[in-house]
Amino acid sequence: MQAFDLLQPSNTREALALIAKTKDAAFIAGGTNVVDLMKCGVTSPSTLIDITHLPLGAIEASAKRIRIGALVSNSDAAHHSAVLEHFPMLSQALLAGASPQLRNMATVGGNVLQRTRCGYFRDPAAACNKRHKGDGCDAFEGVHRAHAVLGTSDACIATHPSDAAVALVALDAVVELEGPAGTRQVSLEEFYSLPGETPWIENDLKPGELIVAIDIPLGRAHRHSTYLKVRDRASYEFALVSVAAGLDFDGDRISAARIALGGVGTIPWRVRGAEEALVGTSGDAAYQKAAEIAMTHAIPRRDNAFKIELAKRAIVRALETVRLG
Amino acid sequence: MPQMQLKINGSKHDVDLEPNVTLLDALRERLGLVGTKKGCDYGQCGACTVLIDGQRVLSCLTLAMMHRDAEITTIEGIAPNDSLHPLQQAFIEHDAFQCGFCTPGQIVSALGLINEGQAHTDGEIREAMSGNLCRCGAYSNILAAVRQEVRRAGV
Repeated sequence: MQAFDLLQPSNTREALALIAKTKDAAFIAGGTNVVDLMKCGVTSPSTLIDITHLPLGAIEASAKRIRIGALVSNSDAAHHSAVLEHFPMLSQALLAGASPQLRNMATVGGNVLQRTRCGYFRDPAAACNKRHKGDGCDAFEGVHRAHAVLGTSDACIATHPSDAAVALVALDAVVELEGPAGTRQVSLEEFYSLPGETPWIENDLKPGELIVAIDIPLGRAHRHSTYLKVRDRASYEFALVSVAAGLDFDGDRISAARIALGGVGTIPWRVRGAEEALVGTSGDAAYQKAAEIAMTHAIPRRDNAFKIELAKRAIVRALETVRLG
Repeated sequence: MPQMQLKINGSKHDVDLEPNVTLLDALRERLGLVGTKKGCDYGQCGACTVLIDGQRVLSCLTLAMMHRDAEITTIEGIAPNDSLHPLQQAFIEHDAFQCGFCTPGQIVSALGLINEGQAHTDGEIREAMSGNLCRCGAYSNILAAVRQEVRRAGV
């Protein structure tokens, strides 16, 4: 790992002042992604600003929302009683991600910012438009069985790796940011950017900004929910396909639906068209139709077309799981 | 080079460290605590597992300078003097290793698992140990050893 300076502020104001005045600096919290990428030679900040002493480690539950501080670990968020009660899909998604050791280290704020695990992105000897503008993309004709089929572009087909972010997008989570221009809130779904012609821009984080919390509204379709992850191993593996699903019922008819997909998109992939198709319906036939709608615009490459059918079946399975509750 | 203090296995150690030294390299290269193993060095194998304030973490993916206030426990510190921790004894009884390279990480990870208190059934223990790879494939015996200690500890 290359040399760098480490700054250790004790509060958010100090951390923001440091990032504003330090050239080529990055924040570090759990470190599970940034240290890995520094070892790979993919990123090389000259200064790291350790934010682990900032007071951003609380989970606050109110009557309508739950606010998870950016420094809450994935483990603590997954096992928190309010998260378990109100957002089963989020607890399950967190526990489906990485390993216990990594979940103890990783933070919720860092989780939503994590970079793709595309092997070409992680290998500085490979061509990657995300890592180096205009280089081309070795994944297009290379090993891309795990790559995205939704939200891709001619520049990038890398999959967003997070499980938790898939659930958070389904739950209408809002990111709270602090920066030079003050505090702002952005829906997590809108926070992410499609790769398009600028795959190195992954989100709406402005220079000098810090995620301080993730805020999630309560709701019956958030409470009656599940996270289904399909992968090559039983544990400790990224998703080939994952589904965060929630349903609310009025009698036997669906009154609200939440569906987001992981493992198939370049960003966590909310499928609102499929949700709308479910509302007012009853019975399993509607699940299949919703699954078809969700994958309508999928574009496969040579080795990842299987994800389209797999995703449809996973969507149906996840919805059945929620219904059977 | 900044001098700092790390608290490891109940003892304070003064050590000179650059910011880019991982906790794993600080333990092995600077302090001679070579029980913690470097497998992949990229957070994928679990061989470098240590406890920080009782929680299992990967020492290869964290910077030593970020842990100056913490209680760090390595495989060398899980039992007093030359005695064996009951979990170490269980690994011997169940022949829970072949080459032994992953074993310190397996044992420290399992102690973290017991501290968490959430894994009881075989399926739960397997899932909770999934961050520790064993290239020799001693998994069923590792499971037996961890299961025995989970039962003994009564968590």
